Amino acid sequence: MYNTIQRFFKEGIRDSKGESIRHKAQQQLGINTGKVKTAQLFSVNYPLSQEQLQNFAEGCIKDKITDDALVNAYYQPKGFACAVAVAQLPGVTDDEGISAQMALADFFNLELDVNTQHIFSQYVYFFENKLSEEQLKTVTKRILGNPLINHFAFGKADEDNGEIELRYYVPEVKLTIDNKVEYIELENLSDEALIHLSKTKVLALNLEEMQAVRNHYLDPEIREKRLELGLHMNPTDCELEVFAQTWSEHCKHKEFNAIIHYNDKAKGEQKTIRSLFKTYIKGTTDKVAESLKEKGNDWLVKVFSDNAGVVKATKDKLFVWKVETHNSPSALDPYGGAITGILGNNRDPLGTGIGGAKLLFNTNVLCFGPPNYSKALLTGQLHPRQIMDGVVAGIEAGGNKSGVPTVNGAIVFDERFGGKPLVYCGTGGIMPYDFKGKNSWEKPIDSGDHIIMAGGRVGKDGIHGATFSSIEIDEHSPMSAVQIGSPITQKKVYDFMLIAAREGLLKTSTDNGAGGLSSSIGELAQIPGGAVIHLDRVPLKYAGLRPWEIFVSESQERMTLVVEEHNLAPLFELAKLMEVELTDIGIFTESGYLDIRYDDEKVAYIQMHFLHEGVPQKIMLAEWDALNLSEPKLPVQSDYSETLLKLMGSLNICSREHIIRQYDHEVKGKTIVKPLMGPNGKAPQDAGVMRFGFESYEGLAISNGILPRYGDIDAYEMSAGAFDEAIRQIISVGGRLPNIESGDGIFWSVNDNFCVPDSVFDEVGNPDGKQKLAKLVQICDALYDIATYFDIPLTSGKDSMKNDFKADGQKISVPPTILYSMTAKIDDVRKTVTSEFKAAGDLVYQLGETYNELGASEFYAQYGQLGANVPKVRKEAAKALYLQVMEANRQGLIESSHDLSDGGLAVSLAESAFGGALGAEINLGSLPQDLSNEALLFAESHSRFVVTVRPENKAAFETIMGNRAFFLGKTGGNQLNISRNGQQLIQNKVDALQKAWSGGLSF
Amino acid sequence: MVKALVLTGFGINCEEETAAAYVMAGAKADIVHFNDVLINGHSIHDYDILHFPGGFSFGDDLSSGKVMANKIRYKKLPNGKTLLDEIKVFISRGKYVMGICNGFQMLVRLGLLPNSNLYFEQQATLAHNDSAKYEDRWVYCKVNQKSKTPFLKDLDVFPVPVRHGEGKLVFGNDTMRQIVKTKGLNCLSYCLADGSPASEYPQNPNGAELDCAGLSDPTGQVFGLMPHPEAFLSLYNHPNWGQLKRQNPSLSDEGIGLKIFRNIVEHVAGLKQEL
Repeated sequence: MYNTIQRFFKEGIRDSKGESIRHKAQQQLGINTGKVKTAQLFSVNYPLSQEQLQNFAEGCIKDKITDDALVNAYYQPKGFACAVAVAQLPGVTDDEGISAQMALADFFNLELDVNTQHIFSQYVYFFENKLSEEQLKTVTKRILGNPLINHFAFGKADEDNGEIELRYYVPEVKLTIDNKVEYIELENLSDEALIHLSKTKVLALNLEEMQAVRNHYLDPEIREKRLELGLHMNPTDCELEVFAQTWSEHCKHKEFNAIIHYNDKAKGEQKTIRSLFKTYIKGTTDKVAESLKEKGNDWLVKVFSDNAGVVKATKDKLFVWKVETHNSPSALDPYGGAITGILGNNRDPLGTGIGGAKLLFNTNVLCFGPPNYSKALLTGQLHPRQIMDGVVAGIEAGGNKSGVPTVNGAIVFDERFGGKPLVYCGTGGIMPYDFKGKNSWEKPIDSGDHIIMAGGRVGKDGIHGATFSSIEIDEHSPMSAVQIGSPITQKKVYDFMLIAAREGLLKTSTDNGAGGLSSSIGELAQIPGGAVIHLDRVPLKYAGLRPWEIFVSESQERMTLVVEEHNLAPLFELAKLMEVELTDIGIFTESGYLDIRYDDEKVAYIQMHFLHEGVPQKIMLAEWDALNLSEPKLPVQSDYSETLLKLMGSLNICSREHIIRQYDHEVKGKTIVKPLMGPNGKAPQDAGVMRFGFESYEGLAISNGILPRYGDIDAYEMSAGAFDEAIRQIISVGGRLPNIESGDGIFWSVNDNFCVPDSVFDEVGNPDGKQKLAKLVQICDALYDIATYFDIPLTSGKDSMKNDFKADGQKISVPPTILYSMTAKIDDVRKTVTSEFKAAGDLVYQLGETYNELGASEFYAQYGQLGANVPKVRKEAAKALYLQVMEANRQGLIESSHDLSDGGLAVSLAESAFGGALGAEINLGSLPQDLSNEALLFAESHSRFVVTVRPENKAAFETIMGNRAFFLGKTGGNQLNISRNGQQLIQNKVDALQKAWSGGLSF
Repeated sequence: MVKALVLTGFGINCEEETAAAYVMAGAKADIVHFNDVLINGHSIHDYDILHFPGGFSFGDDLSSGKVMANKIRYKKLPNGKTLLDEIKVFISRGKYVMGICNGFQMLVRLGLLPNSNLYFEQQATLAHNDSAKYEDRWVYCKVNQKSKTPFLKDLDVFPVPVRHGEGKLVFGNDTMRQIVKTKGLNCLSYCLADGSPASEYPQNPNGAELDCAGLSDPTGQVFGLMPHPEAFLSLYNHPNWGQLKRQNPSLSDEGIGLKIFRNIVEHVAGLKQEL
């Protein structure tokens, strides 16, 4: 029997959370809940007297000014018709309960085991109106919780006494201890049986891979070894799980390493690609590295071989950069998916090299279905609005509570992201060159080094995350894959690692992400050539995990540390002080085997070489044929004022302010260009800018390029365009291209992130698989062409290959999407340029050329049209222009700069105008006369900027820019007027443009 | 030399810029983990200024700053006293205490602010913002000219960022509000750019009573605020630095937030010189 403490607001205290729920229910669901009252219930499983409980409730749980509390009695507010209590399901992270335990230990000055759970928290919501059962369930599932992680107890007021009886639920985990190791018969299985086994155990291995594992166990050499050690001839459950994890698409990138036969029917050409990764990704960086070397630029330090890419940032700092995706978990539980996404991504820079990088910033790029989606939802599909709200809340909690500023990002809406959203999380960090004389970026491990698990405990959460994310989601997806993060647990580990690394106590480290210990130790063990692990030592959240479950569980907030014997004592002492749990779980060896034990039993004994090299190379087919697209005929317009207002408020252009402001973008005090700037904080910026520290003004710019819509016309141009977009955003804020001068120290570090639908051809299940794969190849082609031309290296990245949502016999697939996340050195952040107009009377120019390129534009989208003329990147012209802009910035001639993207020139002018609270008088006369008004105003041709210049700098500026600058007019007043040859095309009040822009997502 | 102790750990995350602020203001600043004080006996009395930085101690669980305040109030140090006992002694010796955001929330929950009767009882609280959201936005604050706290000397109206979800200062009753007003303990208020009262969202970003952004105790030695002056050490932290610099090219590169740290460091240095 549990004791309970319930806390709730005193009469007359405003319940803003309740008000917010009422508002959302009305606005998003059309349900009138009446007043909503919130309360919290703690179920306490410590032996305390009523008096002790009362004192604890008074002293620690309730707030003296605003709250009341009841001990072992339930709150019954007057005048409320129904209620729901939302508890966690067993094993789901409950930080609030754990913190209450900490408070209890402090209050009574007790030594308590605060790592296992004895206090459970839940929220209770009371509704004034008599909601139908269905309404109550709808409000609960859409706004208050998720049945995958929450238990709901519903209740309604008794007709007689008005009291609501709720059957409060306590999510105690009750499992029987089960250390059993099973052997899985493979030897005599038919092909069908192998496939069946892979499916039922969520191994996500295909037939060839299952056969490879079976054949390995039939190998006489392996059989002899197993006989010698007294092991069964068949694999253990743990061994099979280790193969599944290590060989998962998520961890092994099998499709990016596949042999691809590409048939271009349009050109009548065929080619075979041995590995997309080696040919295009690593190929790009290899070529760029050579070019950098030739010119004496030596800032590339570590690429692709660690958790994050490493470059030299300053004379004493390295910059570490990683962007990841967390799509599958975010589709099932958006909050948990996003928070574990951002926290997991934080652990990548943290676990790079020796470990202990100081995290500098986060970015996030999100792709959702439209929040006003009105089609019927498939089984298991969450509403895009719910996904958006959940993901945003997860990023808010994950970033803010970790003290890492979110400085840049983007949101893209498209119905095809309505099944699986894309959630890209990026984190940059700073490391010194050395920790106590040892190169910080290296990962040395020797036989005899200890394997230490640090941070959170292991539970059943996240089992099969790696394999599950490698297959499409359907209505039967495993629910153990859902996890909720604990930012406070990770913050403690992070603080601890910063100090441990700087005191020289770590030899190296890595994070525990997908695949858990199996992945982290399996990968590290490659360095010395083996490891012995004792799973019985791993601390658990609760008893009842099988050995294989302990090894592959993805329970969050854990790092694997490699520690030399003589550093164990001081490391454990530091951990104790900082309240981080450490466990010595084994040692590295050079045996050539991964030797996993539980008590004295061998639960796995796997040859390292086969584990890492034995996966058969995939063979895939790609086929391309030209699309039959044409430009639409639209009604002729003479005035575009209304069109511009509509565009400003459209989903892909409108303000993200209410989301941006929920992220802390300036903690650490180093953010110089924030997402929103200007006198009213309304000016959207092209790139984020941060300084590295307080001792100098050196820093970096951060940008993201993503254009999924363009891929509907041409995947090559989508990829080239996204790459250019990210470059030009950095040039716009005052960045400089790399490798222009010898030894200039201008590093660029790029992460590529591919998110594509299932591209494995299958006549029934995926008939257009070859076309999808062809698009992926085209994306890679463009990446190579543009990146090598600009000498911009990829330093790390990720691919997510199965972004499909299948249910009820239907499939929602994302469009093939590529995100380029770029960072580049800024020598002096004070010299950067922001997008908003600075003063009246400045001269306005368009830099770069507009073409007849309205294909896939936001303008066409207003008419439901796609078109054919997608913007093309002209890399030679682009680079020449960027060099001119760099020169103008070097001379300090540009006052404001905004790149042209979604919505083209008109939208950029509008944003610079309301951003600076200044109008402009614009004439398009200097732009090419053969283009239509629509093309000049709304085409999204790449490599262009709108800039302003002081009148006195006109001559100097025009001399540098030559024929690449098109004079448009002057800033001033409170109107944006755009005319062409005497004809007024647009006349809008700057205020009205800003209001339209601000209102687009305010529903 | 003036010495500042900047406490950290358990989710506090503004310790770095806070220490940098004290250093820029001419003090020596030590960043020390709470457990170094609570368990290892690191003494606060070796310092002139005790600082509670912003962040999310214990993830804002139970309430913002509450679990940490609870530790300070109840957990016994090696010498058998609590950290709150030590802080009372620290103040009685004429020393200074500052809390920002999460640190301010702790000071209010501990009864160190506003502490109108010097009984160290909780007299106010920080509730969820009326918007029910965490928000990062820049606001203006005005210094109450009645206030004598040295932290705010020579400051009047200045811009500063707020970054919180629980920043609504609530006094609970009229009497308390009146006492705070009469004694001028509401030393800092949200206002418009011209200094007139904010009263509405988003200029008052959280719905705080009396538009109150910061409090001091009657001695002026304890000061706390929701906004983050340590995030405005450089002009280039300001969201409108582009236009500001254009309008006034000779504008200092220093941010106004630093002034608060300069004030207290200079004040303490002056006191030390007198001794």
